[in-house]
Amino acid sequence: MRKAAVAVAAVLVLTGCAAPAPEHDDTLHGTIAVFAAASLTDTFQTIAAAFSAQHPGVTVTINAGGSSGLAAQIVAGAPADVFAAASVATMKVVTDAALTATEPTVFATNTLEIAVPVDNPGHVSGLADFADPALAIALCAPEVPCGAAARSVLDTAGIVASVDTLEPDVRAVLTKVELGEVDAGLVYRTDVLAAGNRVRGIEFAEAATVVTAYPIARLSASTNPDAAAAFVAFVHSAAARAILEEAGFGAP
Amino acid sequence: MARRKSFLAPGLWIPAGLALGLLALPLVALVVRAPWAELPVLLADRTVTSALGLSVLTAVLSTAVSLVLGIPLALVLARSAKWPAVPRRLLRALVTVPLVLPPVVGGVALLLLLGRRGLLGQFLPFQLPFTTAAVVIAQTFVAMPFLVLAVEGAIRATDRRVEIAAATLGASRWTVFRRITLPLVAPGVASGALLCFSRALGEFGATITFAGSFPGTTQTLPIATYLQLQTNPDAAIALSLVLLAVSVGVLVSLRDRWVPGLTS
Repeated sequence: MRKAAVAVAAVLVLTGCAAPAPEHDDTLHGTIAVFAAASLTDTFQTIAAAFSAQHPGVTVTINAGGSSGLAAQIVAGAPADVFAAASVATMKVVTDAALTATEPTVFATNTLEIAVPVDNPGHVSGLADFADPALAIALCAPEVPCGAAARSVLDTAGIVASVDTLEPDVRAVLTKVELGEVDAGLVYRTDVLAAGNRVRGIEFAEAATVVTAYPIARLSASTNPDAAAAFVAFVHSAAARAILEEAGFGAP
Repeated sequence: MARRKSFLAPGLWIPAGLALGLLALPLVALVVRAPWAELPVLLADRTVTSALGLSVLTAVLSTAVSLVLGIPLALVLARSAKWPAVPRRLLRALVTVPLVLPPVVGGVALLLLLGRRGLLGQFLPFQLPFTTAAVVIAQTFVAMPFLVLAVEGAIRATDRRVEIAAATLGASRWTVFRRITLPLVAPGVASGALLCFSRALGEFGATITFAGSFPGTTQTLPIATYLQLQTNPDAAIALSLVLLAVSVGVLVSLRDRWVPGLTS
């Protein structure tokens, strides 16, 4: 929370410096619903707060969840204005259904990192430990982007993981690590940063082989297309870039 | 047969119809929208068969555990009427809370008790979460109250004088329970077990939180359905049909013989 407030303040200072007379664009009003991948939860709350500071007339609601589930909801007609997915493949589900108003653009990237409980009870030091059947291991289910990325990283490294649970989203993996129920899990780098001192992150060389791209697009069903377009533009701005970097996301 | 005048006020038909529509139409949509042509292929998938097998196995086991532990608890609950108010209400609240608790909360609570670092779990020589046993525990936690309350209702409705008569004729308390009480409450036990089984079969939140999800070990049919919905909605609909068919099948097959309360 405090980190978020600091980030917002930083953005306000940044934008304030860039434009001496802060532009309060009063033409934008109403509410927009932003459907965002679970791994974007905290970051998008911060970005939304910074956006609302620039556009006081706009209220941004973040609906965070597993990207694939969100894509399914959008295809089923959920009232969303903007979609930010954790993989190009899930965004494609929405573009294939011709539901995006603009071509999706990648605004951030992420890589996987090993998360272990603070005291690292399994003495995990790298990806090779995931093959140890004596350790309790959590991954995301292969049906969701973080699981697809995990599988891809393990395949590339030639490691057959001895998995105990395949969780429905990345936050569920992180929770199992935080509670100490598993010895290690594969989550995004940003999740380890967001968890602060509740988990320990272990970087591994193979992570660079699978870079997750985050595309964002305005949806054709949007009832507030101007505000939605402004939000998408804001996510690509230098101000949002600073928030994303602070959270550990890479540049597109 | 003479037609009796209905006492149902005409104005009640509309909300009753809306209620029925709300309950039935989603299921109609599921059946209509189902990919009937691909169904055999979708259902022959190994994920589906292993999830179905695991679901039936764990739901049967958790119903069995609920019967063994739940009937005695129902007896205690029924006889608690003469207790002082505080312990009596506390007991009832403890039995009822899992009914109203969001199942995910139940799953977190189970982790905090029986997890590797849980209150009791830290003393266990083995790890309970991520095992099939954990699925049974999660399902029992959520489903047993249905059985306890159904059986308790049946016990309260029995004529205690029959039991007293048996006791005065020399039957031991255990014999009275076995030969008199249990047969008297059998319909309540059956309908309670049915509700308990159906609830266990559909359990999702507590299971995925406490037991996790791994094909063949802890990935039950509702969890497999949820995961399939992420990538393959047709498969998810097919799985939902299986769950629906099993639930309806259980209801229909037990209707007349075991559960007079459910007959029309």
